[in-house]
Amino acid sequence: MTNPNGRFGVHGGQYIPETLMNAVQELEEAYNYYKNDPAFNAELEELFTEYANRPSRLYYAEKVTRDLGGAKIYLKREDLNHTGAHKINNVLGQALLAKKMGKTRLIAETGAGQHGVATATAATLMDMECVVFMGEEDTKRQALNVYKMRLLGAEVVPVKTGTATLKDAVSEAMREWTSRISDTHYCLGSVMGPHPFPTIVRDFQAVISKEIKAQVLQKEGRLPDVVLACVGGGSNAIGAFYHFIDEPSVRLIGCEAAGRGVDTFETAATIATGRLGIFHGMKSYFCQDEFGQIAPVYSISAGLDYPGIGPEHAWLHDTGRAEYVPVTDDEAVDAFEYLSRMEGIIPAIESSHAMAHAMRLAPAMGKDQIIVVNLSGRGDKDCAAIARYRGEDLHE
Amino acid sequence: MSNLSKAFDHGKAFVAFITCGDPDLETTAACVRAMAEAGADLIELGIPFSDPTAEGPVIQSANVRALSGGVTTEKIFELVRELRRDVTVPMVFMTYANVVYSYGAEKFISICREIGVDGLILPDVPYEEREEFAPLCAQYGLDLVPLVAPTSEQRIAKIARDAQGFVYIVSSLGVTGVRSKITSDIDSVVSLIRENTDLPCAVGFGISTPEQARAMAAKSDGAIVGSAIVKLIAQHGKNAAPHVGAYVKAMKDGVRQA
Repeated sequence: MTNPNGRFGVHGGQYIPETLMNAVQELEEAYNYYKNDPAFNAELEELFTEYANRPSRLYYAEKVTRDLGGAKIYLKREDLNHTGAHKINNVLGQALLAKKMGKTRLIAETGAGQHGVATATAATLMDMECVVFMGEEDTKRQALNVYKMRLLGAEVVPVKTGTATLKDAVSEAMREWTSRISDTHYCLGSVMGPHPFPTIVRDFQAVISKEIKAQVLQKEGRLPDVVLACVGGGSNAIGAFYHFIDEPSVRLIGCEAAGRGVDTFETAATIATGRLGIFHGMKSYFCQDEFGQIAPVYSISAGLDYPGIGPEHAWLHDTGRAEYVPVTDDEAVDAFEYLSRMEGIIPAIESSHAMAHAMRLAPAMGKDQIIVVNLSGRGDKDCAAIARYRGEDLHE
Repeated sequence: MSNLSKAFDHGKAFVAFITCGDPDLETTAACVRAMAEAGADLIELGIPFSDPTAEGPVIQSANVRALSGGVTTEKIFELVRELRRDVTVPMVFMTYANVVYSYGAEKFISICREIGVDGLILPDVPYEEREEFAPLCAQYGLDLVPLVAPTSEQRIAKIARDAQGFVYIVSSLGVTGVRSKITSDIDSVVSLIRENTDLPCAVGFGISTPEQARAMAAKSDGAIVGSAIVKLIAQHGKNAAPHVGAYVKAMKDGVRQA
């Protein structure tokens, strides 16, 4: 799916400072070796099963299905993974790879804190040092995750530049990497950044769609009609889509964070409002002004609050293989509450964006049709913020 | 020989950087004139970017000041047009790929040609991605100046062979900013460059004192200074020009002794 130079159509590439070029090339070489190494794969498989609790369940949401009155709704329970989100899949893969490469220190960016917690966890497990960059704004929105990272022994660096959110955390992690390369691996958390990250992260997340495919075939004897996932950078979405890309009967839909609406400036819906650009190491779609200044995006969800989208998603959009739809804060919060009340499952506010689109689609679909919603993370971390969104005076 | 290479014709060169529009374009114009009069051989005009990933805190803050002051790519083109009435020192734009790409690379580069900008330095466009802009630069007679870093090692030969204008040597790991000491082995980087090109090379990142400038220019063909100048502008604001001029003069004197 990737060209040798790391392109997905026109997207992707390696737009990074010269200082980092040897590091990403070394990473690519190591990855190309270890991805075919049976011992590496066995070790990763063992970590997935014994440590991360894979495979995650594909749960039939019967009450939701009945209530919406249309397609059958299945939830891919990535929220039940160790550390509470899909992020651990990628992190265990990259941490193991970094260890094989002789690195002793992991750095990472984080938005909602899920990737930071996962990285801090893997670093602890593998006896590595860990520094996580997090927008100062997000350290406030996700204070619990900051505590968790520190509890796990990681250093959390609040980033005060720019909008003090995810994009600034990525920029700061890149800056840190240029200053310390020899012992440090940048454990990038999404299918973005310079080649080979979009490919590496996708491959480690592809376990999601591999499992969905086997599980849905076993339960229903057929493939789903629709697979839904939320998209910021797009790692859980590409993971949920990957093994269905060559199955044209399966609609793949990514749900972007529209914030207060795609007709406002307070949005993070990249496909809906962005245009082609070059940023954070890749060519892709970005929210930006007419002079190419990256826009200060907004979403209630810290994990989707990013002005770009991974290059493979940009390409899936160009080719029409996947669709991308905006979902507002209001719709996501409604879905957050709906799933909590209907099934006793509190979803991450990120994943609630995908659930919200399922609520739109299902009623108009036939009862014999199937929607799989990738429930990428659990919502404990969001409860206080959603309570405040609903006007309650709740603080962590 | 390109205009940029000519900047290195009169002995060791001093290259001065400024963020355009920090704190406003009038100050930038005054500082550029002061730098030219003080003996700068080449002036790097930084077009601010919202997310400058290769910059340290000093130039990051300058970018914020400039953008919040309302500077745009078009206003910077106007500034250069105005400066070119009397300033003859070679000038390059230093900015990020998206600023050029988003404007329309051909439109951007053709305007550079028209207003008298001699080249581009794009820190997020490494050798592997230079095809994005290099053919257009060649078409319009601009130099796309490549960077080499302490980590470049075996990459130096190919970068130098395909270089245009001059080779920008990044002195140290990390982002731009003043450093008390530069510990990298600049000599071996320079000798690798010289084995592969006749173009000049100059060292930047971390240089702030005349002594450092002299030392780096002695090892190469010149010294590049950004953060130290930007710091002066942050300190003196709209009245920065004479301070910048005096500083550039001292630095140029340092380079002359190399």
